[in-house]
Amino acid sequence: MGLLDYFRSSRSKGSASVAKERLQILVAHDRSERHRPSYLPMLQREILEVIRKYVDVDMNAVSVNYEQEATREILELNIILPDTARNRA
Amino acid sequence: MARIIVITSGKGGVGKTTTSAALAMGLAQRGHRTAVIDFDVGLRNLDLIMGCERRVVYDFVNVINGEAGLNQALIRDKRCDSLYVLPASQTRDKEALTKEGVGKVLEELSHGFDFIVCDSPAGIEHGATMAMYYADDAVVVTNPEVSSVRDSDRMLGILSSKSRRAETNAEPIREFLLLSRYDPLRVQNGEMLSVEDVQEILSLDLLGVIPESRAVLNASNAGVPVILDSESDAGKAYGDAVARYLGEQVPHRFLTVQKKGFFSRLFGG
Repeated sequence: MGLLDYFRSSRSKGSASVAKERLQILVAHDRSERHRPSYLPMLQREILEVIRKYVDVDMNAVSVNYEQEATREILELNIILPDTARNRA
Repeated sequence: MARIIVITSGKGGVGKTTTSAALAMGLAQRGHRTAVIDFDVGLRNLDLIMGCERRVVYDFVNVINGEAGLNQALIRDKRCDSLYVLPASQTRDKEALTKEGVGKVLEELSHGFDFIVCDSPAGIEHGATMAMYYADDAVVVTNPEVSSVRDSDRMLGILSSKSRRAETNAEPIREFLLLSRYDPLRVQNGEMLSVEDVQEILSLDLLGVIPESRAVLNASNAGVPVILDSESDAGKAYGDAVARYLGEQVPHRFLTVQKKGFFSRLFGG
């Protein structure tokens, strides 16, 4: 490989491949957001309200996660209860 | 019934109006009765690119408001009998384009025309959503550049959720990619996304690749759709895109670096 080829090959790995990589990640993320059902934020808020009737949880204690796979959709709910919850019950 | 084509992109300055003018002229030149509508209310420019800015009397909003008839507002192109331009209004009231109003105008146009080309404004605001709402086909104009590709993907999401075809569960809008301002030399040097890269990211049917060309500015300076500059690379590329849109199989040109001949080197061609 000549010196000239060396420069050429290092240049062909230039900014365009970085651009492509960044875009692929970004577009995949944007698309997964786009396919989330629009009721998720409302669902999250209402679940939180119900829980707070019984347990004094933090506003960030409920996380709702939505994933779409080829044959199924997964709605994942994660509720973090405070350490003192057992004492109150 | 006319086929309604929206020329969209999300990002501004990528060549929507240039493309609208070129495709509309190309379709009309082939004998199809074509109307091209400027949806950029407040910032009309299609009339300038088409070279009919001094003949604007009534506009799109006048027609919607019933202040003028369609026949009064449509401007017949002086170079091609089957092409008409409906200019945008210069009013600052963007809400002047109502869904019902736009629908009525398109409905009336679709009786007398084969194709209606809707030149969308940039962005995802009211004017842009009105331009795409009634579309049958969408041409997504994209530059080989990160922000343009991302915005195009956003537009595809909006096309598939907020159009009439999406809302009525009809057959989805046919979507095409038109890659413009393409510089094969920079692609070869790894400085610009290639047409394959962009297609891989957006996964769209490729309608055409328009090379970065001096002909585009020259054409807009003169108010002549660049497709009429049939000697130029951009003019030829738009001609090919029109043929492909009409279902012809045309190989892509101008994707690789053109070797300059001795004479063009000598005279700077």
